Amino acid sequence: MGATSGVQFLPFKELELLFQQFIQAGYSIHAPQVVDGAILYSETESIDMLPRGVVDHQQPGHYRLTETGGSRYFSWSSALQGVKAALFPPSEVLWSAEQQAGGELDFTQVLAPQQAVALFGVRACDLAAIKLMDRHFLRSGAEDPWYQQRRANLLLITVSCSSASGSCFCASTATGPESESGFDLRLDELDTGFLIRSGSEQGEILQAQLGLKEAKPEQLAKADEQLHTVATQQQRAIATNDFRCHFTGQEESPVWQQIADRCLGCGNCTAVCPTCFCHREEEVPSLDLQGSLHQRVWDSCFSGEHSQLHGVPVRTGRRERYRQWMMHKLAGWHDQFGESGCVGCGRCITWCPTGVDLLEESARFVRDQLRDQS
Amino acid sequence: MSQAAPTPTRVPMSAEVVERQQESSDVFTLRIRLTDPQLRQQYTFQPGQFNMVYLHGVGEVAISIVSDREDHTLLNHTIRAVGRATRGLEQLQPGQQIGLRGPYGRGWPMELAKGKELVIVTGGLGCAPVVAAITAVEQQRSEYGRLAIVEGVRHHQDLIYPDRFQHWRQMERTEVVLCCSEEKAAPWPWHTDRVTSHLQEMDIDLKNAVALLCGPEGMMVAAAETLLQQGVSADRIWLSLERNMQCGDGFCGHCQLGRYFICRDGPVFNWGEIGDLLKVKGL
Repeated sequence: MGATSGVQFLPFKELELLFQQFIQAGYSIHAPQVVDGAILYSETESIDMLPRGVVDHQQPGHYRLTETGGSRYFSWSSALQGVKAALFPPSEVLWSAEQQAGGELDFTQVLAPQQAVALFGVRACDLAAIKLMDRHFLRSGAEDPWYQQRRANLLLITVSCSSASGSCFCASTATGPESESGFDLRLDELDTGFLIRSGSEQGEILQAQLGLKEAKPEQLAKADEQLHTVATQQQRAIATNDFRCHFTGQEESPVWQQIADRCLGCGNCTAVCPTCFCHREEEVPSLDLQGSLHQRVWDSCFSGEHSQLHGVPVRTGRRERYRQWMMHKLAGWHDQFGESGCVGCGRCITWCPTGVDLLEESARFVRDQLRDQS
Repeated sequence: MSQAAPTPTRVPMSAEVVERQQESSDVFTLRIRLTDPQLRQQYTFQPGQFNMVYLHGVGEVAISIVSDREDHTLLNHTIRAVGRATRGLEQLQPGQQIGLRGPYGRGWPMELAKGKELVIVTGGLGCAPVVAAITAVEQQRSEYGRLAIVEGVRHHQDLIYPDRFQHWRQMERTEVVLCCSEEKAAPWPWHTDRVTSHLQEMDIDLKNAVALLCGPEGMMVAAAETLLQQGVSADRIWLSLERNMQCGDGFCGHCQLGRYFICRDGPVFNWGEIGDLLKVKGL
């Protein structure tokens, strides 16, 4: 990256102008909105849909929004879902098969129409998650063409966090609350507007067109102080970023069964996790059976079908499935991709119906090991 | 080991069923040929790799590639009819078309095995993924030491490829042992016990051997542990693993075992890489 335009100030009244620029440049805008009592990213053309003056309250198994009447657009921390669907939709057709009259089969790759998308209001944790998903889907030499096309058409506008929910712990995973890289434009919200800086050539062009003034030193200082406050506000922290040595030899630990006794196996955690990439592939045949669409659909390692082999699951119950999920997220990712698969968003904690807390449960392995050694 | 082959496409190629052979009551072999002559020429695979085989309107299954000695443009897939796709594939007749993408995965360590003795231990349908490895040995017989092939089935009638086993018995410096574990008496030359009972008595120098194992996981673990006790080192015991595979290329996440994506990092692993993971139930 490299922010060469410097940091400028975008007053709230000019925000609509930024949206207009996205539209003029051919982008469709995906931005946070309140839908059915939760914040979700979906398409919009206007800033009026943004969740202004809305605060989120998150705790294990708990999520509520309240309206404060405040002027800020981003006084909430994380949306129900991150932005993974923009790159890896919950369901996506990969290719189609068509049977000709003579019985020949023709296969055609199906790529969604090219559409430039401006993803507005991405939080730091979700930006970190995109970097991780890039490692998986853009593996060198074997890039996933469907992800790759969406990724190439994505403009990322991040907003640093100015509040932390009860589930947030990005300060401990070093993935927030500040968005440090991987964005086209970065905003830091103050009471009357945003600090704006660019992180790419495309971002720089867009920023330059706004004709803004340089940010004042006191505005920069205020934004810094705000980031510091958010980091210290976080009540949760992950015990360590790399659990490999703590999970070694712990496959049969009684802790897994204790977690399984509370886990419903619903898969909510995997559905809201911004780095869970598992998907099943399935057929959607046409009614006349001549054509068939081959699609991928989000899947969860908490389902019996996920590990099914010859009709029988390899991971037979919640104990095995939770073990797979946590060991993969916090340890396996390091081996596979060189980093933890956890970005500290806290969604798996918030959206667990029984409030199973990833941090608390994973810390038991660190404590147990310390106790064993002493 | 897999060489620098072109990355297989994620969209199937069309292929035609040339012949369908019933191997046992629920196992059959499809001999298929890619319909595009150019793709047919370009297609190469390493012993132990697999294809994703597509049945129109139903879906795909991961099936290992069995080489064909007579015609290298024919790809054989030996399949057990257990699920919706495989039962549908069983109904196919010559001339009908399917889809094929691959080859995927890391195959048997044929280069590493050169100059060494070879022990191949298989169970049931596990003899299919080693056929290409045995063919490779046969084609370069002087490059490899003595070869022992040990196949176990429950009942002697379950054996598939009787002609192949007969042919292998007649290959030079090759020994074939057949075991049926569920029978009290069986016709010559069958043994009525498990494959692991025969790993010490082969005419093979195990300390200079490479072992290739394929079959039910419990059988492979038992065979690997026996071979370890006999002095075969962990990095010379190779196993072909099976898991739920849907994309074939390390994206969909179903086949994960510990740090590995079985489809991409395997399906063939050595005991040093995977042994500890196989001993944990339900990982």
